[in-house]
Amino acid sequence: MNTLSQPIETKAKQGNFFTFLLAEMKPKGPIFSPFNIISFPIMMLGLVIIFLRFKNGIGSVTNLSQDVPWGLWIGFDVVTGVAFAGGAYILVFMVNILNLKKYKPILRITVLNGFLAYLFYSAALLLDLGRPLNVINVVIGNNYGVSSVLFLVGWHFLLYMLALLIEFSPAIAEWMNARKLHRFISAISMGAVIFGITLSVLHQSGIGALFLMAKDKIHPLWYNSYMPILFVVSSVFAGISMIILEGSISRKVFSDQLDESDHHSHDNIMLGLAKICSLGMFAYFSLLVLVFIHQKNWQYIASPMGSWYLVEVIGFVVVPMLMFFLSYRYHSLTWIKIASVITLLGIMLNRMNISIIAFRWDAAVRYVPTWQEAIVTLTIIFIELWVLRWIVRRMPVLRASPEWARGSH
Amino acid sequence: MSISRRGFFKAMGATAVALSVGKPMAAEASLQTENELYGVLYDGTKCVACHGCEYDCAEAHGFTDFDLPKNPPFRKTDDKHRTVVNLYQTSKGEVPRKIQCMHCNQPACDAACLTQAMHKTEGGPVIWREDKCMGCRYCMISCPFDIPKFEYESTNPRIVKCDMCIDRINEGEIPACAYNCPEEALLYGKRSDLIKEARKRIHDNPEQYVDHIYGEHEAGGTSWLYLSSVPFDELGLNTKIQHTSYPGLTKGFISSIAPVDILLPAVLLGIYEATKLNAKTEEEI
Repeated sequence: MNTLSQPIETKAKQGNFFTFLLAEMKPKGPIFSPFNIISFPIMMLGLVIIFLRFKNGIGSVTNLSQDVPWGLWIGFDVVTGVAFAGGAYILVFMVNILNLKKYKPILRITVLNGFLAYLFYSAALLLDLGRPLNVINVVIGNNYGVSSVLFLVGWHFLLYMLALLIEFSPAIAEWMNARKLHRFISAISMGAVIFGITLSVLHQSGIGALFLMAKDKIHPLWYNSYMPILFVVSSVFAGISMIILEGSISRKVFSDQLDESDHHSHDNIMLGLAKICSLGMFAYFSLLVLVFIHQKNWQYIASPMGSWYLVEVIGFVVVPMLMFFLSYRYHSLTWIKIASVITLLGIMLNRMNISIIAFRWDAAVRYVPTWQEAIVTLTIIFIELWVLRWIVRRMPVLRASPEWARGSH
Repeated sequence: MSISRRGFFKAMGATAVALSVGKPMAAEASLQTENELYGVLYDGTKCVACHGCEYDCAEAHGFTDFDLPKNPPFRKTDDKHRTVVNLYQTSKGEVPRKIQCMHCNQPACDAACLTQAMHKTEGGPVIWREDKCMGCRYCMISCPFDIPKFEYESTNPRIVKCDMCIDRINEGEIPACAYNCPEEALLYGKRSDLIKEARKRIHDNPEQYVDHIYGEHEAGGTSWLYLSSVPFDELGLNTKIQHTSYPGLTKGFISSIAPVDILLPAVLLGIYEATKLNAKTEEEI
């Protein structure tokens, strides 16, 4: 065990949880780091914009229109963000169901990332709702719209957040030195694992199914009845690419949390993930080809939207797929990182195409997000990163669990 | 990370039941009830584009400061206009068409709404209920006719759309536009009767009408029906629209949810048990 986790345990033993929490609130890193200097003003500005949004209505800060009712806040924060957070269920499946213990060192950070992503993306969703207080209607059960895809997505989303919290809570229990709680949570976490994966498969595909009724509005190259399946398949490599990118960043930022064995296993993990990505992308690409031929889409290719479609499929699916494959073959970690960035951009492109760009592609006035929408999106991401940093510096996320908690897994 | 098998199945069963109970399919309006629906027949050959119905609609829905320029340009419905009449340049010169909610027999907005704020009433009107709506605008994404509009400038925004004057209908009146139309271009009545009347008009004056009732089958049938002297695509209506209902597009997905919720956990548990044994054997060797 390294020295860092030692003072935490002694503090927690003092018994009073609130003094413990208060002590933990103190920042643990340099205050004037470049990240803080950039992110803090943006977050302050974002909070002002959020205040204005509630004071003057959604129209005062966004470019949403009667033709384009969903913009950046849904198209990026929710639709893209959920795909990016898909890494959690894939990794949980690999480690806890397939028993691939090799990936265990990055499990907690991935689950934490997933949980925070879901938490903050649902916060972003609330900003976009015109009457956010009525969201209670969906939860308490007086007005269940059970034939609505959005209703099912919402519930699977909500339950999955709970599952992620249970999956991560052993780390919280270890941080609080709560041994009984730890034992209890470890006992129920297998249920959370199994239902978490099920709920993920359904809400990942459900986000694709959301657009099934927008048949006449989405360009035929993007609209097809297989969207739910395409969404769930692409969430596999989107999530893993996020793990790769996030892993290589947090290894630099939180290097104090890692010991020698972590550095050794990291390369091995990255190579394994690259292989899975290239296979997942191959499956996805095959599905795309199948849909393309099935729907006789050749007629649309010779148009601006057709070229845009080819950019997405060739440039951001086929190219990174080959890059993942080759970098796995030749053990190049740099190229794995580059491929993961391209893949993530491609997923972003795909989700934004379906929800914004190819949605009403024929509209007279195209939707372009305002700078306020972009700032609010950045604000959500930065707050999430601040919370993530706070947790990683305190709880055993990247570093090893305390001695007493190790036997239970 | 361990759990007794019995405990697991108990939890799984409870969750599966919780998730699958109360998940009926989108209400399939049977032919019987469809015939009982009320609607409006708009006869484009009678409309003279006086825009009177726009004034009546605004008045009936409490928009008092409604005013129109003398020769209004092409407009869409929005959060202050539940209906508009536009003039279209067609093969037979300028032809008017009224835009408002089509009141589909199986509305996409009703199926899309997760709080049942959008609701197809038994009489035919599709209405929006203020106390339920959370403002997600999924109805706007789903509606094939682009009818629900949103008050973007309001802090407590409403979805605005034609409600076929449900309040007037409940008091025994007919929709304001149909009531006031000086040319009798709008006919309110039982949908089955309206279709018969429309067929009769086409039969009696075959040279005056195109032989089609828009809304009889479009999007699975709508309560609002159109007759026209020119092909409907010249009036900006989507003639390539599917003739089955829009909620049908998501039916396959929705009906697959409950089986996946129940079966996938069992499959996952099976894989877990299998690989666990595998891992143990490896350790022994």
